Amino acid sequence: MKISQAVKMAFSSLAGNKMRSFLTMLGMIIGVSAVIAMMSIMDGMIGYTMDSFGGMGASQITVNLTSQTDTRQLSDDEVYKFLEENPDYFVEVSPCVTMMQSLRNEHESLDNKSVSGVSEAYAAMEEDEIGEGRFLSYLDVEKRNKVCVIGTYIADQLYNDVGVLGSNLKIGSDTYKIVGIMEEQEDSEENSADDCVYIPYTTAARASGNARISTYYFQMKSTDASDASQDVLENFLYSVFHDSDMYTVINMASLLDMMDDMVGMMENILVGIAAISLLVAGIGIMNIMLVSVSERTREIGIRKSLGAKKRDIRYQFAIEAATVSTLGGIIGILLGGLLTTVLGNLVGIDCSPSMSAIGISFGVSAGIGLLFGFLPANKAANLNPIDALRNE
Amino acid sequence: MEERKHLIELWDICKVYKMGDSEVRANDGISFTIDDGEMVAIVGKSGSGKSTIMNIIGALDVPTSGCYCLNGIDVSKMNDNQLAEIRNKQIGFIFQQYNLLPKMNLLGNVELPLLYAGIGENKRSELAMKSLKRVGLGDKWKNRPNQLSGGQQQRVSIARALAGNPSLILADEPTGALDSRTSKEVLDFLKELNEEGNTIVIITHDNSIALEAKRVIKIHDGKVSFDGHVEEYRKLVV
Ligand SMILES: Nc1ncnc2c1ncn2[C@@H]1O[C@H](COP(=O)(O)OP(=O)(O)OP(=O)(O)O)[C@@H](O)[C@H]1O
Ligand SMILES: [Mg+2]
Repeated sequence: MKISQAVKMAFSSLAGNKMRSFLTMLGMIIGVSAVIAMMSIMDGMIGYTMDSFGGMGASQITVNLTSQTDTRQLSDDEVYKFLEENPDYFVEVSPCVTMMQSLRNEHESLDNKSVSGVSEAYAAMEEDEIGEGRFLSYLDVEKRNKVCVIGTYIADQLYNDVGVLGSNLKIGSDTYKIVGIMEEQEDSEENSADDCVYIPYTTAARASGNARISTYYFQMKSTDASDASQDVLENFLYSVFHDSDMYTVINMASLLDMMDDMVGMMENILVGIAAISLLVAGIGIMNIMLVSVSERTREIGIRKSLGAKKRDIRYQFAIEAATVSTLGGIIGILLGGLLTTVLGNLVGIDCSPSMSAIGISFGVSAGIGLLFGFLPANKAANLNPIDALRNE
Repeated sequence: MEERKHLIELWDICKVYKMGDSEVRANDGISFTIDDGEMVAIVGKSGSGKSTIMNIIGALDVPTSGCYCLNGIDVSKMNDNQLAEIRNKQIGFIFQQYNLLPKMNLLGNVELPLLYAGIGENKRSELAMKSLKRVGLGDKWKNRPNQLSGGQQQRVSIARALAGNPSLILADEPTGALDSRTSKEVLDFLKELNEEGNTIVIITHDNSIALEAKRVIKIHDGKVSFDGHVEEYRKLVV
């Protein structure tokens, strides 16, 4: 018997008992659609998280000096000296002094905006491009110039984008000259990367009234040596503070590694859940196929009396199980795709059904049908035709 | 003089069913031969062993001892697959309860033995259609069995038995579920098939049906108690 014939037979048999066929498939449908939805949303979420982490720069190490005392403190000069002594590990550093200030010009004002005091190296480290004018210069930092570079959101809000460069901007109580506008990154939305004001960190340190700088961004030479670089930096900090509680070192690369590990673990767990749910679906199929074999004993007897061999009967039932299972798998894939889109929209994450999940689900559902169909099919094949015919 | 080859040869067939300690000798040394083109009725009371011998002749079962040759081939020691092959190619069954598959149309039912013979789709439906027309149900090929009367259903099962052009048509109480008028129709049809050269064996407990055959074999307690021409049997029973 050809496979097309067997599949045809399977379909007509399934069509003859629609309700049961559907219920048999249900386990598969739910299993597969859940697997696809979970895996796809997971993928979407990972992508989203990775994107936002990637934006922070994987080659950066952030140092926070949480408490400095008169005897144990670190000045920016010492940090720069450290940088010079370790060219194999670090290429740049930028101190960072952040404050919340109000921004004002003649017409408009914005309250509670984050103003970052950074060095001239900052823009390059962040791979942020300058749109108009220039970024802060070494001289600005050196001379504590009152100049600033603003994001497009600020330019938009305060100046409507006209005559921005060279204008004066009041940050807190001091007046700064705008020397540059950053290139637009995120549609000039509020609280986005475009909502920023940069001033020289030296100026910021003075304006904030706190001469001690507590945050430094280090740029590593290579992410491959991220652990070694972190060690070098930590040793240096320890030699200054003699207490690891006085500073924190956040390494983006090792965070990303950790994320990767976690994602890998999550994926393994998902695969486990998927395997269990598909196993349950397979057992459901086996169960119903066994019932079906008992109910169709007479049919089996008739077929055998007409010359069906054991393998014909086995084949018929195995293909039937595989067909239900695969059909359930296909419906599950469609439903899973729908679910992914709907849930993705709901959560606001860009999700598309993962191709690998679809492929795996399809293969696995067909395989499970065959595997779990085997026992019932064998039972059917081994029925004695005389007993089977006598069955009412 | 050259000996004529027999279609069916049974030599000392015994079938013993073991039930715990006791054993039932359902067939206890049955021997007879049936030639090509004969129409034979096997009769006997309930429990005499008719179904048992039919199962053996029909290659549904093998005897405990003895030898059964069909078309000169020893069937009595065959395995399941070989028996299935024999059923498929050599034997056309007609059952008391028609044994049609309710979820298939008539054509599909008649095609079944051809399907298992490995005949291709087109040839299959052609042969099945021819067979359905032969029993006068060609125009109903799309119907399901339950849309037909009992007599019609039995005709479908005859069509199915004929489809593979078997050497032997084996009918187990073919009229058992039919009223007397349709019974006669079915019997007349079987006679007609016999006239055309088909070998027909009817198993029945009903003497009036046995009398429609040309030869009667009576089974009693698993043994042959009469074997002869129908006219001799008529004298015995009337
Ligand atoms: N599978 C079996 N297991 C045990 N005993 C059996 C089996 N099949 C038949 N028998 C016994 O063998 C004997 C002959 O049975 P068989 O079915 O051949 O009778 P029969 O002539 O067909 O009867 P009926 O006209 O009622 O169908 C009976 O005593 C029956 O109980
Ligand atoms: Mg019987």
